[in-house]
Amino acid sequence: MLIEVRVPVLAESVAEATLMDWHKQPGDPVKFGDALIDVETDKVTLEVVAPEDGTLVSILKNGGEDVESDELIAQIDTEAQASVTAAPDTGKADVPEPEAAVDDTGSGPAPQAETDAAPEAESESEPEAEPAVEPDEQPPPAQQTPKSSPAVRKLLAEHGLEAREVPASGTRLTKKDVLDYLSSLEDGGKDAQRAKPAAGTADDGETGRTEQADGGRAQAPETRARKTEQQAPAPAGEKRKPGAGKSPEGADNRVPMSRLRRRAAQRLLAAQHENAILTTFNEVNMKPVMDLRNRYKESFEKTHDIKLGFMSFFTKAAVEALKKFPVVNASVDGDDIIYHNYYDIGIAVSSPRGLVVPVIRAADKLSFAEIEKTISAYGQKARDAKLTLEELTGGTFTITNGGVFGSLLSTPILNPPQSAILGMHKIEDRPVAENGEVVIRPMMYLALSYDHRIIDGREAVSFLVALREALEDPSRLLLQI
Amino acid sequence: MNSYDVVVIGAGPGGYISAIRCAQLGFSTACVDNGVSVDNKPALGGTCLNTGCIPSKALLDSSHHYAFISKQAADHGINVSGVKLDVHKMITRKNRIVQKLTRGIAGLFKKNKVDWLQGRATLQGNDKVQVTPAGKEPAEEYTVSARHIIIATGSVPARFPVAAVDRNRIVDSTGALMFKEVPKRLGVIGAGVIGLELGSVWSRMGSKVTILEALDDFLAPVDRQIAAAAEKLLTAQGLDIRLGARVTGTGVNSREVGVSFEQGGDKQQLNFDKLIVAVGRSPNVDGLGAEDAGLDLNQNGSIKVDEHCATNLPNVYAIGDVVRGPMLAHKAAEEGVMVAERLAGQKSEINLDLVPWVIYTWPEIAWVGKTESELEEAGVSCRSGVFPFAASGRALASGDSDGMIKILSDAGTDRILGVHILGPNASELIAEAVLAMEFDGSSEDIARTIHAHPTLAEAMHEAALASDKRALHI
Repeated sequence: MLIEVRVPVLAESVAEATLMDWHKQPGDPVKFGDALIDVETDKVTLEVVAPEDGTLVSILKNGGEDVESDELIAQIDTEAQASVTAAPDTGKADVPEPEAAVDDTGSGPAPQAETDAAPEAESESEPEAEPAVEPDEQPPPAQQTPKSSPAVRKLLAEHGLEAREVPASGTRLTKKDVLDYLSSLEDGGKDAQRAKPAAGTADDGETGRTEQADGGRAQAPETRARKTEQQAPAPAGEKRKPGAGKSPEGADNRVPMSRLRRRAAQRLLAAQHENAILTTFNEVNMKPVMDLRNRYKESFEKTHDIKLGFMSFFTKAAVEALKKFPVVNASVDGDDIIYHNYYDIGIAVSSPRGLVVPVIRAADKLSFAEIEKTISAYGQKARDAKLTLEELTGGTFTITNGGVFGSLLSTPILNPPQSAILGMHKIEDRPVAENGEVVIRPMMYLALSYDHRIIDGREAVSFLVALREALEDPSRLLLQI
Repeated sequence: MNSYDVVVIGAGPGGYISAIRCAQLGFSTACVDNGVSVDNKPALGGTCLNTGCIPSKALLDSSHHYAFISKQAADHGINVSGVKLDVHKMITRKNRIVQKLTRGIAGLFKKNKVDWLQGRATLQGNDKVQVTPAGKEPAEEYTVSARHIIIATGSVPARFPVAAVDRNRIVDSTGALMFKEVPKRLGVIGAGVIGLELGSVWSRMGSKVTILEALDDFLAPVDRQIAAAAEKLLTAQGLDIRLGARVTGTGVNSREVGVSFEQGGDKQQLNFDKLIVAVGRSPNVDGLGAEDAGLDLNQNGSIKVDEHCATNLPNVYAIGDVVRGPMLAHKAAEEGVMVAERLAGQKSEINLDLVPWVIYTWPEIAWVGKTESELEEAGVSCRSGVFPFAASGRALASGDSDGMIKILSDAGTDRILGVHILGPNASELIAEAVLAMEFDGSSEDIARTIHAHPTLAEAMHEAALASDKRALHI
C-alpha cells in the first residue's frame, strides 16, 4: 500500500517552510519513526518521520525547496518492505571473513570490518596484513591505520569515516582529532550538499554499498544514521581539497546561515535596535532554596514522579515578582503599553539546532511539580525537534539560564515584544558578609535586562530585589508575599 | 494492550542493564523476568545476582578470611585461637547482600521508569510478548506489544545425565551455595571456573575436595604457563584435581554419594557426602517460544545473532549467555548497552576478543586476549614479558606473592595481544590490560606509564618492561 508523507501542519502565521536534506533516498527501507527529512520554518525546525515501515518509493520535493503546510512530499510503499529486507542479505555472506581477520590483530575495530566487506582497494593494507608485517621498527605512518580507542572507533563508524582519512595530531587518533575533523567537514559538507540538492546520483553506489556491508539485518536502527553523513567522506573529500585542504588550521569556512539562525539574527538585531535595553544585576544566596530542595528532593520525586529542580523556584519567584511589578510583564504596542494579566513564562532551552524558547502557560496557576514536568517535557521535545509552533510562541516574560554552561554574569537580550528577561547564572561558593561575619554561601548573580522605555530603573531593581527575597526565603512563595 | 518501544526479556546483568540504557535513551521500556530469590520472592538480577557471581563471591571472601585466620595469620604474628566457623551466618550474610543488590535494581528500574513485568515471557511473533505471571495465585496472562525485543534469558546449569541433580546429595552451582554445613568429603564434577571456585570455598572451610575433570588439560582455555602454575598452587591448597577423569556413574544412598569414573583406563570409585555438578551452562530458551516465533538457533541451543546481536527476526535482538561468546555477566551487559544504543541510531560496537575473564580462586586468575599457544597456532610471532609476584614488594608485604603477570605482544609492532595474570587481585589488575588493548596499546605504552609504588600494579609495569628485556626487579 502506498502511504503519503506530508509536511506537518504549520501554524497559521507561517505560510511556508523549507525542506532541508533528505535523510533517505528513494529505494531505501524505512522503519516507523525513522527521520526522513527536516523541515525548517523561520521559527522552528520540524522532523518528518516515517508513518509506517516500508520503502521510500518516491521523493516529490527535493531538499532546499519551499513547501506549504500539508503538502505531499514523498510516498512510502508498505508492501515493498519484504523484498528490501531480503536484498541486503547478500552482503551478509561477507561479514564473517573480516571478522576472522580482525581476530588476528587482537583488536577489532569493527568499522574497519564493515568497510572491508565493501569491494574497496583499501582492504589490502588492512587487518590481515598487519600481523604479518616484517618487524621493521618504524612503519610508515601514512600507510598504517593510526592507533585509536573505543570512543574514536564509535565516532568514526557513526560518521562513516575511515581512521586514515582523519588527520591525527600524533601517532594516535584521538577523539579530539575526529571531532575537529567533523566540525570542519560539517561546514564544508553542508555547503556542497546545498549546492546540489539532488544529492548525487553518483554517490548512490557508494551509499548502497555501505548499507549492504552494514549487514542487512541491522537495518532497523541503522536507517537512522544520516545518509548525508555517510556520503560525506568520498565526494566531500575531493571538494575540500582546494579550500580547506588537509590541514585542520588556517582555513576559512564560508557557511550560509540556516534559515533558523538567519531569522534569529534578524530578531536579535531588531531587539537591540528597537528597545532601550538596560541590565540591572543582583545576587542571591541559594542556600535556602538548596536546603529546601535537599530536604524534600526524595519525597517530592516520590510524590510527583519528577525531580525538584531550581527552575520551578525561579519561575514561581518570577511570577510573584511580576505580580508586584506588572509593567515588567507588559509589552509595548506603538504608543500603548499592554499589561498582561496572565503569566506565560518562556524558558530558554538549548537544543541541537540552537536556542529555543518554549513557553510555560499560566505559570501562576501551576504547581512546582507541574512546572518541572512542563520544562522536562519541553527539554525532551527540544532535543527531538518536536516542539510545536504553539509551544514556541507567545510568552510575557523569559527566563534564561546561562548558568548551565557556567556563565557567571551576562546581559541577556530581550525577546520582543516582551519587555524584560531574567538571566540566571552559575551557583558559586563565595565569601559574603552575613551579620558582620565572612561566611561562604552558594551565590548566584541575577541579571534583568529590560526595556527602559516602559520600565523604570526603580521597578526593575525592585523586581530583582523581590525575586531575591522570595528565593532567600522560599516560604514567601507559599504565602505569596 | 500496553505497548513499549523496547521489551527486554530477562533481568540478569544483560537484561537489566540493557533496559536501563534503553530508558536512558528515551525509549519506553519494560523488562519481563520470572526470577526468584532464595526465599522464593520475585527478584531481579538473574543468575549473576541471585545464584552466581555475587553470592559465590560473598562465600569466597568469607571462606578466604577464615582460611587466612586459621592458616596465615600466624605468619603475620597474629595468633588466634578458638576460630569457629558459623556456616549459617555466612550463608545469611550472603543472602542479605544478594537481597540488597536485587532490591537495588528494582530501585534503578523505578528511577529510570522501566516497567518490571513479573512472569514468564513468550514471544508472539516479532512484536509482541506474552507474559505469564508467576507466583502462588495464578494471575491472568497478558500480552504487551514491543517495537523492539531484546532477549536476555541467560543460561542454566548444564545437565549431566549420569549425575542427575537431586538437590540433596547431588547439587548444581545453585545448591552448592546453600549447604547448611561443611561437607566432609566433597566431590566436584568439572574443573572449570564454577567447579574451581565452589571447590575452593568448601575446601577452605574444611571439606576434603576432589575435582574430576574429563579433559586432560587443566583449564584448557587458559594460557599454559598460567594454568600449570595455578594447578600447582591449588593442589597445594588441598584441592585434589583429577584430570582425564570421565565420570561414568553415580549412586546415592542415605549416607553418601558414590561416583565411579575412568582415569587412564582404570575404573575407580570415590564416595562423597555431597557432589557438585559443574559441567558448564546451557543457553536458556525454555518457554520462550523461540521455535514458534521462527527464531534461528545454533546447534547448542543458543540464539543465532550477528555481531550486533540481531537475530534472524527483524526488531528482535538477543544478548548475553543465550547467544554465542563467553558466558560472562560483563559481556552480557556490554552487549545490552550496545543493542540499546544501536536502537537509538548510535554505532556502538563491542569487541568480543577483548572480554576479560576471571576465575576467583586464590590467587585469582584473569586474562584477556590470546594465549601464547593460540598465537603460535595462528603463526603470530610474539614476545612474552613475565614478572612474578614473588619479586613484588607489595605482594611480599601482604604475604600473597604467588603467581605472575604475563604480557604477550606482537614481535614486530609491540601491540599487546594477550595479558594473563595469576595472582592476588588479578580480577582488578586485568582492567589496565583491557583498557590498554582497547586503545591498541603496545607493551611499551604500559612500560612508559607511571605506576604507583608500592602496588600490585607495578607487576604489570615490570611485565611490560620484561617484554623488552629490561625488567628492573628481576
